[in-house]
Amino acid sequence: MSLLGTGILKGLGVTLKHFIQTYAEDFKYIGKKAGIEPRPLRRQNPANHGMVTVEYPREHMVMPENFRYIPFLVKDSATGEDKCTSCGICAKVCPPQCIWIVRTEDPVTKRPVPAPKEFHIDTSVCMNCGFCAEFCPFDAIKMDHNYEITSMSNRQTELVFDKDRLMMPDTYHAGIHPADWARELEDKKADEAKKKAAAEAKVAADAKKAAAAATGASAAATKTAPPPKPPAPPAQ
Amino acid sequence: MAEATTTVPPAAKTAARAEKAEKKPVVTLATLTPEMASLQQHFGADLIQPAPYEGVLITDPARLTEVTNFLHDELHLESLTSATAVDFIKEGYIELVYHAQHITGGAPLCFKTRVSRKDADTVGLPSLTPIYPGVEFQEREIYDLYGVRFNGHPDLRRILLWEGFNGYPMRKDWHEAYYAQDTKPYDTRWPAGNHKLDEERVPWADNVNYPPNFNPAEYTRNPDEGLYDTMYKEAPEQGPTDTPYQNTGIKTDELIVNMGPQHPSTHGVLRMVVKLDGETITDLKLVLGYLHRNHEKIAERNTWLHNIPYTDRLDYITGMPNELGYVLGVEKLLKIKPTERADYLRVIMCELTRVASHFWSIGFLLNDLGAFYTPALYFITEREFVMDLFDEITGSRMMNNYMRFGGVARDVTPEQLDKIRVLVNERFPRAIDEMERLLSDNEIVRMRTIGVGYLSAERCVAYSVTGPVLRASGVPYDLRRADPYSLYDRFDFDVPVLYGGDVYDRYRVRVLEMRQSLRILEQALAQIEQTKVGDIQAGKKAYIHRVPAGEVYSRVETPKGELGFYMISDGGQNAYRYHVRSASFINLGALKEMTVGMKVADAVVILGSLDIVLGEVDR
Repeated sequence: MSLLGTGILKGLGVTLKHFIQTYAEDFKYIGKKAGIEPRPLRRQNPANHGMVTVEYPREHMVMPENFRYIPFLVKDSATGEDKCTSCGICAKVCPPQCIWIVRTEDPVTKRPVPAPKEFHIDTSVCMNCGFCAEFCPFDAIKMDHNYEITSMSNRQTELVFDKDRLMMPDTYHAGIHPADWARELEDKKADEAKKKAAAEAKVAADAKKAAAAATGASAAATKTAPPPKPPAPPAQ
Repeated sequence: MAEATTTVPPAAKTAARAEKAEKKPVVTLATLTPEMASLQQHFGADLIQPAPYEGVLITDPARLTEVTNFLHDELHLESLTSATAVDFIKEGYIELVYHAQHITGGAPLCFKTRVSRKDADTVGLPSLTPIYPGVEFQEREIYDLYGVRFNGHPDLRRILLWEGFNGYPMRKDWHEAYYAQDTKPYDTRWPAGNHKLDEERVPWADNVNYPPNFNPAEYTRNPDEGLYDTMYKEAPEQGPTDTPYQNTGIKTDELIVNMGPQHPSTHGVLRMVVKLDGETITDLKLVLGYLHRNHEKIAERNTWLHNIPYTDRLDYITGMPNELGYVLGVEKLLKIKPTERADYLRVIMCELTRVASHFWSIGFLLNDLGAFYTPALYFITEREFVMDLFDEITGSRMMNNYMRFGGVARDVTPEQLDKIRVLVNERFPRAIDEMERLLSDNEIVRMRTIGVGYLSAERCVAYSVTGPVLRASGVPYDLRRADPYSLYDRFDFDVPVLYGGDVYDRYRVRVLEMRQSLRILEQALAQIEQTKVGDIQAGKKAYIHRVPAGEVYSRVETPKGELGFYMISDGGQNAYRYHVRSASFINLGALKEMTVGMKVADAVVILGSLDIVLGEVDR
């Protein structure tokens, strides 16, 4: 057993160290990096031994790309149309069932048209799980970074988002999710290449068919004609 | 000794075939383990039969006590981990499911018994509290949610709901207000999903039930009547009580004080009703359920996938291990295995959570001691780095929603791994050293905590206490070693044990556990380099899972103790039964024994040392 009170003194040493470190870090920052590195980023760094909080309404923490709040719908700025096809997968995977979709119907044929007529997300029910964005096969719904949607009035009018409120241009999506956007573009490119290859293959196959028909017709005459070359495999 | 798989008898086979024609799952009976076989040998095959999927069935509920005594005394199953019920509405009975275990480790033994739905709240069953005192709260929960009466229970009142609640909500024929459909996804959402707020529907439509002749204006019954009755019953002048406290002769007025539900010392919305003699606690009762949302009923409506983010909300400090427990259970039913990299990521996340959770709980223990927020904030700062990391990797600080069946949601980048390495190798060891410098030798901390809230190893086991509280009483029981899951059998780590059984040792055990977690993390971070980058999902990612019919009890060691998920699948998209055995809830059962005889200020500290989270207690 040590001398009574030494434990408390040792502990007070720790508090003193913390007290000094809090200011030392800030002085270091002012001396070297002020204006170059945003303060919140520095405060969130594990090498920082000073203060870790930011002055919230003035400063915001740096949100990582994966951060998710409520969902939004992506509008293709090239065509001006929304990417959503109202397939309903997001409504099915939503754990609190906060997505309501009305499918558009063709007025003549009564067949569904791949675009939502109405799209509602009740953000007061949304639990920010991100399943809708994860399972959407068309990259049409993404999770937003904006967490300041507090409303002081009616929940029905303020927090139930309709299609207009949910729709964001894809430039906004590209801005907050750069890596995801890059992946999307790559996918798109690969998709187009695939389509192109498929179309080429189809043309080649048609040519082959025509050739086969032609050779079939003149089979009797030129039986020893070599078979036409198979089309090149589609590029991946 | 082990019997071959008990096949279904031929007569039952035709029935089973007929069932299959109706697209019903074929029920396979459990394989008897040596222990179950010896139980059957002792009591005969009439009483003890193999139960569907898992465990043994005790056919006569009246002889439950006798069989359980044998389990406890002869087979040495010292601790009853989980007790729950299942409502088989088509078959017309409620099945009680118990899991008992050896404190030396191994898989638990499951035993079941049945009571008809009609008799459940009139005739009932014998209570197991005389054999396993830890079952007291769980039996109250079953009584509350399923309406099964336990004869001989010391205090059979509702626990999560209030007295006067109509009906038993976990029964399959009970429907909540705004009831839409038995299972999700709801048909009203797509393809014609016109949004309509629930409030706009008339709340008194046919989906809300009141008892016959009920008039809300005349309903004046005090819901706490029953509670105070049980406390007055044990007044010292009425002879010997079951509590160790004896009045020393000074005649004082007894005082009942309500601590909570809105009180900073109760870590949420817990209400402790204490009976005081002067400043000494002579009796304590807990009132739970202020945060009750019937997680289990919601989960039975959810599809299997829907439920992953809901498990985050159980113990909201430790989302990752909660998800792991659930996902491991469903994977067992689906018979799939996660990929190697996903497994490592799971372990890394769980251990980071353990470190963060212990930082949090120690910080708030100091708050309870009266050291307001200076130490707590030092440790919350450290935890914040784990939260930032989770934010970056999973997308959310606490509601991670990271695990999937057969994998995890996202891979980590090398930069993120490096960040974890900085924390594990540099920041956290120093922070823990500093914590010890600040607290371990501090005379005030020692005076306030040593010898306070003592619970012996035997009583811990009897009360089914798990986690650091159990290990601080000298029982080296940690599920990561006792019944290894995931990859924990690959790592080299110790299970810290201390023998004081008091608040101080609980704090010390947590500190030691954090160091062991860092050890696991170091190894995991080295080994994950051997795995294939990006290989984080076994099989194809799906959003609809048809889980084969079966039954599973999967459990993990969360920072609070043993978290168990008991699930039954009937082959559909949703769980037929989903039960959470939560560590915080069951650890609270031992609180009375720890606090009686202590001063009222100590009750706060003892509660803090249990490290409960109300999200998990009330579910």
